[in-house]
Amino acid sequence: MGPDAAVTGRPEGRPLPEHAELRVDVEQRFASGVVVAPVLDVELAPGTILVLFGPSGAGKTTMLRQVAGLERPDRGRIQFGGDTWCDMSRGEWRSPQERRIGMVFQQPALFPHLSVRDNIEYGLSTLVAAERRQRSGELIRLLAIPELADRLPRALSGGEAQRVAVARALAPKPGLVLLDEPFASLDVPARARLRREVRSLMQRSGTPAVLVTHDRTEALALGDQIAVATGGRIRQVGPIADVFSRPADADVAASLGVEAVLPGRIVDAREGLLSVQVGDTVIHVAEREPTAVGSNVYACIRAEDVTLETQSPAHASTRNHLAARVIAIAAEGPIDRVSLDCGFALDALITRRAREELRLAVGAPITAAIKATSVHLVPRI
Amino acid sequence: MDWTALWLSVRLATATTLVLLAVGVPIAYWIVYSPRRWKFLVEAIVALPLVLPPTVLGFYVLIAIGPMSPVGRAYARLVGHGLPFTFEGLLIASVLYSMPFAVQPFSAEFASVDRRLLEASWSLGVSRLATFRRVVLPLSIRGLVTGIVLSFAHTLGEFGVVLMVGGNVPGVTRTVSISIYDAVQSLDYQSAARTSALLLVISFVILAITYSLQRTVWVRTQQ
Repeated sequence: MGPDAAVTGRPEGRPLPEHAELRVDVEQRFASGVVVAPVLDVELAPGTILVLFGPSGAGKTTMLRQVAGLERPDRGRIQFGGDTWCDMSRGEWRSPQERRIGMVFQQPALFPHLSVRDNIEYGLSTLVAAERRQRSGELIRLLAIPELADRLPRALSGGEAQRVAVARALAPKPGLVLLDEPFASLDVPARARLRREVRSLMQRSGTPAVLVTHDRTEALALGDQIAVATGGRIRQVGPIADVFSRPADADVAASLGVEAVLPGRIVDAREGLLSVQVGDTVIHVAEREPTAVGSNVYACIRAEDVTLETQSPAHASTRNHLAARVIAIAAEGPIDRVSLDCGFALDALITRRAREELRLAVGAPITAAIKATSVHLVPRI
Repeated sequence: MDWTALWLSVRLATATTLVLLAVGVPIAYWIVYSPRRWKFLVEAIVALPLVLPPTVLGFYVLIAIGPMSPVGRAYARLVGHGLPFTFEGLLIASVLYSMPFAVQPFSAEFASVDRRLLEASWSLGVSRLATFRRVVLPLSIRGLVTGIVLSFAHTLGEFGVVLMVGGNVPGVTRTVSISIYDAVQSLDYQSAARTSALLLVISFVILAITYSLQRTVWVRTQQ
């Protein structure tokens, strides 16, 4: 969907740039000894979302606040869309007010003394009253909240309040929207609804966004690109699928929740196929990068890529057929997570119908099949 | 009953409160939001009248505005008469003396406004000063009213500082508390009792109204 003229983030007459580049290279040291030093250089296409993903304590929120201008780095530089937002070495500093951002916090942080409409219009003080009213009316329509317009924030549910917070952030047509775990405090239905709304609002407005989350499902559901943060640094940036299927190192793999991160050793390499010894088992892996026989690796296997069979077919393209035993079966919504023991722990995600057809039960023997191309190898350091 | 003295006290308390509202809000703002490390010194100075004997404060004010000081001389040259034993001199002393009763409730209330609201406002492009006006002040009504009422009531009952700086000029510096003291000195217990009772009732009524309003109206708009 192309940018919608009514809600685009640019003033009249100024063309919407195809891509806005976000470049961050800063360092900030806190009294506690924690250092948050993100380095990032990404092209943000209009209406797309960059997910800043990582475990709690990784410094994600601080990184977002650095971009917003709410934290002042000790050194380094932040640029967005050709504008320099801060360059500490040259003493350049743009205040949050000057960065034209839209910020949504974990808590709605609505102004308690103002009605929903006045909250949405709060950042529009440069417009005349009629234009303000028109703009807030647009957003109230888009978010389908006309019945809330005259309420005070204390009369709103958590989900309603957060939608108003999103509307308030978008009202001044910011150039970049920053969302700090905006769905974390909501119940599941409200969360699902707001995710859809945020996604569609971003696409309609053509505004790029950075979304902080530690929720993998959320990252997959909303992200176009992902930046993985651990220990105050950004470890990997790229399109979601690339990063999830090919984590740069074991830390990234672990924080992404690639279920199986198996330590192994390359024991053979021929015709583009590596044999990796994991415990007593040998896994065949397609060789993507030259890897020396004898080197230690992590084999990363996503649960989605493990299929289960009751017997090995005579001919199949799948290279790995591992004898396994079912340890546990847990429902994850419509999907079942089957924990296996095949000499090492491995999870498989399968549909409920597949489980019924396979007559899976705890303790039953089964064969786990993994394509050689689905295993990602990370060299051990 | 010394109505002249009572009227003078009310005028002095009103003027002091207005000045403290104008001066106290910026001082409280600075105390709450300044990143300066040494701001605790300013807080301590503002709080001094709470512990300092009124005579000590009055003595220093008298010296500071008197003909021996450059400030006092400059004022005298400008206006034609000195500050001591005048209403203006009394006003300066009262403002200093009641300062903590205004600044402390103001700053406590400003500081209690959720910082995330400020950050939300800044990120919406609203300047720090406009944020203060549009978010902090409306959410601090309780503290503002408390400060105003306490300043007024405190000035109404002040004695030591008035005696030191203002003396006892009827209609100019002879406030209600001085009048009571005078009555007692001249053994006019009846007059002292009437005036004292009136002052007691006025103070009580002001405070009772304030606290009752705080319980109902302001609590409801804030939470």
